[in-house]
Amino acid sequence: MSEATGKRFSGQDGGAEARDTDWDGVRLHVVSGKGGTGKTTVAAALALALAAGGRKVLLVEVEGRQGIAQVFDLPPLPYEERKIAVAPGGGDVYALAIDPEEAMLEYLEMFYGMKRMGKALTRMGVVDFATTIAPGLRDVLVTGKTSEAVRRRDKSGRRVYDAIVMDAPPTGRIARFLNVTQEVAGLARMGPVKNHADLVRGVLTSPETAVHFVTLLEEMPVQETLDGIAEMRASGLPAGGVFINMVRPAGLPESALQAASGSRFDPAELALGLKAAGLADGAADATLIAEALAEEVTEHALRTELEKRERLTLESAGTHRYDLPLLPDGADLAGLYELAEALRDQGAA
Amino acid sequence: MSPASRVSPVSRTAPALDVDAILDDPGTRIIVCCGSGGVGKTTTAAALGLRAAERGRSVVVLTVDPAKRLAQAMGLTELDNTPRRVDGVGDGGELHAMMLDMKRTFDEIIEAHADADRARQILTNPFYQSLSSSFSGTQEYMAMEKLGQLRRSGDWDLIVVDTPPSRSALDFLDAPERLGRFLDGRLIRILTAPAKAGGRSAFKLINAGFGVVTGILTKVLGAQVLRDIQMFVSALDAVFGGFRQRAEQTYQLLQAPGTAFLVVAAPERDAMREASYFVERLAQERMPLAGVVVNRVHLSPAAALSSARSSAAAEDLEARGEHELTAAVLRLHAGRMQLAAREQRQREHFTSAHPTVPITQVPAMPEDVHDLAGLRQIGDLLASPPPESRATA
Repeated sequence: MSEATGKRFSGQDGGAEARDTDWDGVRLHVVSGKGGTGKTTVAAALALALAAGGRKVLLVEVEGRQGIAQVFDLPPLPYEERKIAVAPGGGDVYALAIDPEEAMLEYLEMFYGMKRMGKALTRMGVVDFATTIAPGLRDVLVTGKTSEAVRRRDKSGRRVYDAIVMDAPPTGRIARFLNVTQEVAGLARMGPVKNHADLVRGVLTSPETAVHFVTLLEEMPVQETLDGIAEMRASGLPAGGVFINMVRPAGLPESALQAASGSRFDPAELALGLKAAGLADGAADATLIAEALAEEVTEHALRTELEKRERLTLESAGTHRYDLPLLPDGADLAGLYELAEALRDQGAA
Repeated sequence: MSPASRVSPVSRTAPALDVDAILDDPGTRIIVCCGSGGVGKTTTAAALGLRAAERGRSVVVLTVDPAKRLAQAMGLTELDNTPRRVDGVGDGGELHAMMLDMKRTFDEIIEAHADADRARQILTNPFYQSLSSSFSGTQEYMAMEKLGQLRRSGDWDLIVVDTPPSRSALDFLDAPERLGRFLDGRLIRILTAPAKAGGRSAFKLINAGFGVVTGILTKVLGAQVLRDIQMFVSALDAVFGGFRQRAEQTYQLLQAPGTAFLVVAAPERDAMREASYFVERLAQERMPLAGVVVNRVHLSPAAALSSARSSAAAEDLEARGEHELTAAVLRLHAGRMQLAAREQRQREHFTSAHPTVPITQVPAMPEDVHDLAGLRQIGDLLASPPPESRATA
C-alpha cells in the first residue's frame, strides 16, 4: 500500500514483486454480490489487479453464464484454463468456465482412474443426476475443482497460480454454495463424497480464502451485503472486503446539495448562469430550463444523501472497503483496467 | 447521433406495452415476470398485482424472493407459503401475497400422493431432506408446482408470479423436462432394480449388469448414500408418475393464451442481453410473451439540453471563472444525458433485434419502495411511462 501507483505497475525485476496489500496471504478470492451489482466485472478487475507485476492468476466462473467471456469480449470459454488477458506490468490472467459435468468426469478419472466408466455413467444418466438433481453435489464439484487449482503445484513444487479469483453465485446463495460439507451432509454422512467435501471445506475456511462482496450504494444491495458477511462469519467462512461499485463523483458543492435536499435550492442563480453561458433564449426560457435542472439537482441531492447513509451502514460491517468509480462508457475492456488500477491504488491487490 | 441517422428510425421504436389492457383482460389468468437477478422482478410483480387488484381483479402474487422489505411494503410482517390478504387495497379487487416455501411445498406433494406409511418413509429419508431444501433445481420445480396448485384452486382470477433467481433465469421451464429425463433415464431403473426385481430370476442377467454400475456408485458415493438414494427412489416411485404429469400440465398452462410473460430488464448491456435471450427462449418454447419492462431508466426533465451543449457551456463558464454553481449543474446534467443516451442505445439494440416486442419503462427512483403508495406509483408508471427523454436532441 505504501508504493506509489506508478511503481505498483512497474515490476522492474520481471518477476512478481513483493507487495503490501490488505489481502497478503489470500490465494482464493471469492467474489459474490447481489445480482446487478457488477460482480463479474469486479471479479475480472480484481484478477487483473492481482496479476499486475508478473503474477499468474486464474479467474474462475461457476454458473455457466459465460460472464467472463462477455466482460473480456471473447467467444464462449471452454472447460479449459486458457490465457485471456495480460495485466499491467506483465502478469497473466487465465480463465476457466467450470462445467459441473466435465468436473465430475475429471474427478472420476483423477481419483478412480475411471475415464471410460465415466462415459458409461454419462450414458446411464448418473452424471446428469449428480450434477443437476443430487443436492449439493454440483457445488462440491465446482468448489472442488477451484480448490484443486488453489492447491496445484508444478513439478518443482511451486504453486501454479499465485491467486484464484472466483466469480461466485450471488449473495442469496453464497453461504449455501460454500458450505459444502453441510450441503452434502444429508447426502453423505461418510464415504468418498464426504471426504472430498471435507477437503474442499478445509481450503474454503482457511486464511488463504477471502469472500468479498460487491455492492452498490443502494438499500437492498447494502442490506444483502451485511447479511452475507454475517452469514459468512456464522458459518466459519472468511469474510473479505466490500467492493462498492459504480460510485459516482460528488458533482455538486456541499452547499448546493444541502440546499437542494432541503428544497431550498434557488433556480434564479442558475437562470443567470444559463443566460451567461448563452444557453437560454431570453429570461423566460432561462427560468424554464433552470427549473428543469433544479429538479435534477434535487433528485441528485436525495440520492447523494441516501448514498451517504448506505456508506455509513456499510461501515458497521468492519471490513476493508474499496470504491470503484462508475465508468461513463460502461464496463468495457479499458474500463476493466481502470477498475484494476483503482483496486491496486486502494490496496486491494 | 442525429435524428436523421442512417438507420431507419422505424426499426428502433418499439411498440408500447399496454399494461392495463393485460391486467383488465379477464382472459389473463397468469402473469410471469422473468429476468436476470437484480432488475426488480419482484417489485414489478408486486406493483402489477396491486394495480390489477385496484382495477377490480382478485389477485395473488407468488414470489420466490424472500424480500422482507417488500413484505413490509405490503403491510405483511412476513410472507409464507399461504396467501395472506393485503390490507389497504382500493376499489373492488383483492390482493393476496405469498412466498414460496419449497420444502413445505415438496412435503405437501408427498403427503398428498403417498399413503401415510410411505410418506413418512420419504419425508425422513436423508436424501429427500437434502433434496427438498436444496436450491439447485428444486426451487424451480416447486415454483411451477405452486403455480399449478394456485391455478387449479380457482380461488383467484389472476396469479402474478416472479421466477427464481436461477443461474439461468429460465431454468424453471426446464424443470419438468429435467425431472422427466431423470425418471425415464436408465439410472432410476438401476437404482430401483434390486428392490423391484427381488428374487425374480428373469431379471438376474440385467441385475448382473446393474451390479457393476451400483458397484461403482458405491465406490464413488459410498454405500450409505447409495442406500439412501435407492430407498428414496423406490419409495417415491409410485408418487412420481403423478408428479411428472402435473409438471407437464403446468408447462402447458404456461403456453396457454391466458398466460402473459413479462421479461423484466434494466437498461444495461448484460441485463438487455439476458432479456434478448429470454425473449428468444420463450419464443422457442412457444410461451406467450406480452412484452418487456425496462426498469431504472434515467430520464431528464431538461432533455432538450443535450450533453454536448451542456458540457461545452460548463467548460466555457469554468474558463471564464463565472457561475461556478451553474457550471457544476451543467456537468451533472451532461453526465445524466450521457447515461440516458447510453441506456437508450441499449434499448435500441434490443428493439433492432426484436422489433415487434412491446416495451414499457419505469424511471429510476432515488429510493426503494417502502409502502403500498410506492408500489402504486410504480404501477402507474408501468401503465403510462413518462415520455422518452430526447437524449439525442
